[in-house]
This record gives sequence, structure tokens and C-alpha cells, in this order.
Amino acid sequence: MIFVQHNDFSVADEYQKLCTDNQDGAIVTFIGKVRDFNEGLGVHGLSLEHYPGMTEKVLSNLEAQAREHWPLNKVTIIHRVGDLTLGEQIVFIGVTSPHRKAAFAACEFLIDFLKTKAPFWKKELTTQGAKWLDAKASDDESSEQWSEKLTK
Amino acid sequence: MINVLFFARLREQLSTDSIEISPIENMTTDHIRQQLAEKNETWAKLMQADSLLVAVNQQITDWSHSVVSGDEVAFFPPVTGG
Repeated sequence: MIFVQHNDFSVADEYQKLCTDNQDGAIVTFIGKVRDFNEGLGVHGLSLEHYPGMTEKVLSNLEAQAREHWPLNKVTIIHRVGDLTLGEQIVFIGVTSPHRKAAFAACEFLIDFLKTKAPFWKKELTTQGAKWLDAKASDDESSEQWSEKLTK
Repeated sequence: MINVLFFARLREQLSTDSIEISPIENMTTDHIRQQLAEKNETWAKLMQADSLLVAVNQQITDWSHSVVSGDEVAFFPPVTGG
């Protein structure tokens, strides 16, 4: 299930939806939050822009790829857009599987690729004005490492 | 016509979120980039940026992808979600 939304989400509610199948022995969730990137400016929030339509396609495609690699049962991806304040939740990824290793790996795969493939852009709102964030080389490396891991 | 969209920092720097351009024969994503770069210095600089990404019909592609009338083309900077 893919959701791109302005509204906040409840981790407890999402967990409840994920944990209904007794064939799943493992549930792994990841929550990303708005943080202060600490580049010397007082950050009070983020504005998140996306490419409506493409975002949902990319996320659905990532879910499909994850399902090809690991035995997954339920997958939930939620990403918020619009203005968010410091400390708010941005993204939720939850996966369930009979096995913990598959659940851990799939969750990490999904967030790594979401960060480098899904068309979202963060603009930091600081005391000295707004500033678009630059993509990080370390994020590209994280997603590139998967091609090695998955071909082994 | 071809609908061309711009996002994030690029949209702000160009002061527009979309334009329409007329297709030419055997048009590619690179032709569109070059055509837009001819507008003025600001467009030239932004369209020639190494980091510029392009999508056709909501799928990221390269600079040799063919484009036909009715396609949706989007230019944007590297993504920073999550």
C-alpha cells in the first residue's frame, strides 16, 4: 500500500494493520523524522514537494522490486508532503514476512531506494530563510550497494 | 504539443512550473534541453547542469530518449526525500 499525503500517520495504527496475519513472524518498520541538518542555521521545519503521479509510480515499482527479492506479505509506504515542523514524522515503511532477515533487508532496501529514486524534494525552513537541500552522495552509495548485495 | 514540467529548486530558479513546446521530427530529451537552454543565460546554465534529471511520462530516462506529441517531460534536480 502506497500513500502520499499531507496528514500525519499513526505508527500504532499502521502496526495494527500490518500485524493481522499469523503467518508473519516478523514485522520491521522504519520512521523518518524532520531533523535539524545542523549546518549552522536555525531549522524550524521542512517543506516537501513531490511530482504527483510519478511519485506513486516509483514507490509502487519499488514495492514490486522488493517483493521479487524477498518473501514479503504486507508492505506499507507512507510519505508526507507539504510543510512539516521539526520533529514531525515524514516517512513510514513497514514490511511483514515469515522471516526477520527478509523483513529487515526489504525495509532497508525500500528506504534506500526511496531516498534516491522517488521524486521528493526537501526545502529546509530556517531562521534565515528557506534553502533547498542537496542530494547526498552517501545516499547514492547506499542504493548502489544493493545491486552488489542482490547479485551475490 | 509536449508538456514540460519543472520541480523544486529548478522550478523556483526558472520562475515557472511548466511550459508547452512544439514537437519536431525525431525529437529527443536532449533536443528539448538544448531548445530551452537557448532562452537566456539563466535557462542555459540550469539546463546544462550535470546533475539535471529528466523523466518522460513519469519515468526517469536519459538524454537520447525520444519524445513525441502528447508526452509529459519533466526536468528536476536530484531527489531528496525520505
